[in-house]
Amino acid sequence: MYNFNYHRPSTLRQANGLVGKVEDNKLLGGGQTLLPTMKQRLASPAALIDLSAIPELSGIEQKGRNLVIGATTTHAEVASSDLVKAAIPGFAALAGGIGDPHVRHKGTIGGSIANNDPAADYPAACLALGATIVTNKRRIAAGDFFTGMFSTALDEGEIITKVIVPTGAKFAYTKFRNPASRYAMVGVAVAKKGAKVAVAVTGAGSDGVFRWADAEAALGKRFNPKALDGVKTPDAKDLNGDIHASADYRSHLIGVMTRRAVTAASGK
Amino acid sequence: MAGTGIGARVERKEDFRFITGKGNYTDDINREGQTHAFFLRSPHAHATIKSIDTSKAAAMPGVVGILTGADIEKDKVGGLICGWMIHNKDGSPMRAGAHPALAQGKVRYVGDHVAVVIAETLAEAKDAAEAIVVDYGKLAPVVDLATATKKGNPVIHDAAPDNQVYDWHLGDKAATEAAFKKAKHITKIDLVNNRLIPNAMEPRAAVGDYNAGEEAFTLYTTSQNPHVARLVLSAFIGIAPEHKLRVIAPDVGGGFGSKIFIYAEETVCVWAAKKVGRPVKWVADRTEEFLSIAHGRDHATHAEMAMDENGKILGLRVKTRANLGAYLSTFSSSVPTYLYAPLLSGQYNIPAIYAEVEAVYTNTAPVDAYRGAGRPEATFVIERIVEVAARELGMDPAAFRRKNFIKAFPHQTPVIMCYDVGDYDASLKKAMEIHDVKGFAKRKRESAKAGKLRGLGYSAYIEACGIAPSAAVGSLGAGVGLWESAEVRVNPVGTVEVLTGSHSHGQGHETTFAQLVAGRLGIPIENVSIVHGDTDKVQMGMGTYGSRSGAVGMSAIVKALDKVEAKAKKVASFVLEASEADIDFKDGKFSVKGTDKSVDFASVALQAYIAHKFTGEQLEPGLKEGAFYDPTNFTFPSGVHIAEIEIDPQTGVTTVAKWTAVDDFGVIINPMIVEGQVHGGIAQGIGQAMLEGAFYDAGGQLLTASYMDYAMPRADDLPSFRVDHTTTPCPSNPLGIKGCGEAGAIASPAAMINAITDALGHETIAMPATPQAVWRAAQASLAKAAE
Repeated sequence: MYNFNYHRPSTLRQANGLVGKVEDNKLLGGGQTLLPTMKQRLASPAALIDLSAIPELSGIEQKGRNLVIGATTTHAEVASSDLVKAAIPGFAALAGGIGDPHVRHKGTIGGSIANNDPAADYPAACLALGATIVTNKRRIAAGDFFTGMFSTALDEGEIITKVIVPTGAKFAYTKFRNPASRYAMVGVAVAKKGAKVAVAVTGAGSDGVFRWADAEAALGKRFNPKALDGVKTPDAKDLNGDIHASADYRSHLIGVMTRRAVTAASGK
Repeated sequence: MAGTGIGARVERKEDFRFITGKGNYTDDINREGQTHAFFLRSPHAHATIKSIDTSKAAAMPGVVGILTGADIEKDKVGGLICGWMIHNKDGSPMRAGAHPALAQGKVRYVGDHVAVVIAETLAEAKDAAEAIVVDYGKLAPVVDLATATKKGNPVIHDAAPDNQVYDWHLGDKAATEAAFKKAKHITKIDLVNNRLIPNAMEPRAAVGDYNAGEEAFTLYTTSQNPHVARLVLSAFIGIAPEHKLRVIAPDVGGGFGSKIFIYAEETVCVWAAKKVGRPVKWVADRTEEFLSIAHGRDHATHAEMAMDENGKILGLRVKTRANLGAYLSTFSSSVPTYLYAPLLSGQYNIPAIYAEVEAVYTNTAPVDAYRGAGRPEATFVIERIVEVAARELGMDPAAFRRKNFIKAFPHQTPVIMCYDVGDYDASLKKAMEIHDVKGFAKRKRESAKAGKLRGLGYSAYIEACGIAPSAAVGSLGAGVGLWESAEVRVNPVGTVEVLTGSHSHGQGHETTFAQLVAGRLGIPIENVSIVHGDTDKVQMGMGTYGSRSGAVGMSAIVKALDKVEAKAKKVASFVLEASEADIDFKDGKFSVKGTDKSVDFASVALQAYIAHKFTGEQLEPGLKEGAFYDPTNFTFPSGVHIAEIEIDPQTGVTTVAKWTAVDDFGVIINPMIVEGQVHGGIAQGIGQAMLEGAFYDAGGQLLTASYMDYAMPRADDLPSFRVDHTTTPCPSNPLGIKGCGEAGAIASPAAMINAITDALGHETIAMPATPQAVWRAAQASLAKAAE
């Protein structure tokens, strides 16, 4: 790790001031990706602005038909929230399956989606559930937010403040874990609201999280794993391959995991 | 069993300090004025070093010194050694290239040591290392084991022009060929024993310290055998004579073999301490460990077994290529030879065996002993080929094994070993009962109903432990004897310190050795301390590896205890005013035969030191005895493991449904600790079979250099193991111990792969059998079934 300056604002207003003023800064959520990267000297920001001491960025509320989750809310808080468990149990389960207990008690939802790791879990759920990402400047639909591997629609100096997650959908997330890292090698989030079905895939796409349109169309007609029989899984040329899973195996797993997510979302 | 003696499940005395953070590991040691070392490592697999410019780095803040291979050469620091000479088929010696602690003119693997920066802080050392300019002349790397010796390949060491270290053989070639001529059936297999990277919880670390007043060095290091480290650093590397070099291996957090070896980093720390006039500390980070700790296994083998018309084995021939990496690590040469081929007879009566082993250099990290060291590789060969042979012959694999088991002892195999005792039928029978093998067919049907493939696999392993009779290993090329030493110091108040040359780095010696001593002397176990890991306290020792500490280390303690008891009887005879011949010692009391006169052990100890009851002419005061024990044979732990697995053919995920181990370790000192050893060993073996594998790309870059890509077994990968025992006491040592430290890792890979291939219905699966590999294999099975 190289030396850096550390700032710890206690209000969003202070944070807003700092991001515009402090040179070469990076926002620090739970630090579960950024700090290991800095320790390995792969990232070397001149300053960190730690968001963890800003009370207004943390917490979970039900507002009408939405869950509103503060950006610095930890995975463990989401996983154990009675509100989340009642409204979208599959979302609480997803949070409870991220990393290990240490990661879940430090890592935050805002940090996870801002990083948009291609193997992260939250981006798939945000896409499938049609979440809205709220920043200090604007509201961004999840579909516009995740723009590619490790990249998002966030501008310089933009701070995620909360994530609005609509409730009322049948939802499940199934993850095939990388045997080594336990990150999603293929993770599929399926949400059904009325006749509309969304299928979002993480871990597999060579450009990060993506929607699987053919599966959505088939499942929109008949929300049953059998509806996917005959639907071609995403083309291997658009998927990742590595020593753990070739692209064609990942493509196959997308089909299996989607079926299992449909079954789980159906409550069967 | 109640109490604390042999056979009792005594809780580990050392655990309180470990789990409350009061252990004293090498990284916990900080010396006055200490500096920090950072190694600049080669980013290339194979390159010449044209120049190293340290001028900019040397001027950076906090830098105390920068040393390179040129300094090693100037100071005449000797190279790292390989301590076991192997001879080629033609009798010529193996071809060993030099192994300098800092590279001289050439780097040979990614992670090779180019320079060391010593600075006030680690961060300053790293900053300066980034400013060192190395001009490399990149060479094509040799990475692939199969083609390493191909004509025209780049040469890694001039001493081995075709990258071949040795071409060795064992057994009777003519007799084996004759056996194959008589065969009615021949089974052939090709297999790979995958390369593994040891991952002890504590990474390697070293602190070198130099006392200019006494002209003496101290090295604190993560070693399984500090005396051997001192011997090598003194006699071969030339740091200092042994009386001027103290090596301390304090608490060590796991070794699995990887901390036997004498490494470049610890050598540099102790040498550099004098160069810079300050203590020098180095602690490996995990990626450094992945890159530069000695790896394990990495064999490719073709084996053939000949059988007669009744399924009796007639002969076995084995051809193995072993990857030893870029340099010969301390015991690397012995692993694919004398620790491997002599175990190829397994538990079977095989009249003729012939094994050929070709060891090669590649531009990868050095490969050396790793839990089991050669014996897991041998077991994988014999237990796979036996299973495949039974399947080809349409025989039940258990029945095939039983038919070929050795039943009379001692049994001389055609490959050196003379098995002293065993009852292989007994462990097979017991394992099959505990496992409910009879119920397997029903369980398989139930799995099939759920769309799953279920398989069952055996592994009837044998290993040679208690290494080793010194003269015997000397005749095979070992550079040292493999005895062990012990000293029992009885204090005047009757408490006891036992100094042992064994080293505990997870084995629980502080408990098991104390159980032996407390039981023998009839004193509370709290009154016994076990002292190890410091060359200034323990005079000499050979350390802990090869499941030797019980069979060899404890036998040395028994010998010392015999002497203590004999001396104490003399003291007691003066105290009790009786003839020495009339003194009995039992349950901590010396008594005079046929009387009620007695005195306890502590009182005799006090009398030995105050020396009022006898004169100097009659008896020497004091109560302290030492002993060296050299084993007369190897020990032969054996047993049967049964793996039962279930495959989800949709994803390839393999679940270990059931695991039974019945081991014959001879006499067991502490069943709880033995079960822990077996559990850990099986976990490691399942890791090798399903998860772990070191992979280099074609350019020699390690692809599995962190836990993001190197898959270690975790609790949820494993079932609850069912562990039981049969017992045939070892006849060659006083306690009847055989050893238990490696058995699980030796037995389990073959059991796993036998179970997976049983479920798949074909033999084409390699380790690690990852979900991807199993899914592909399962697709092939399903396609075949659909035909």
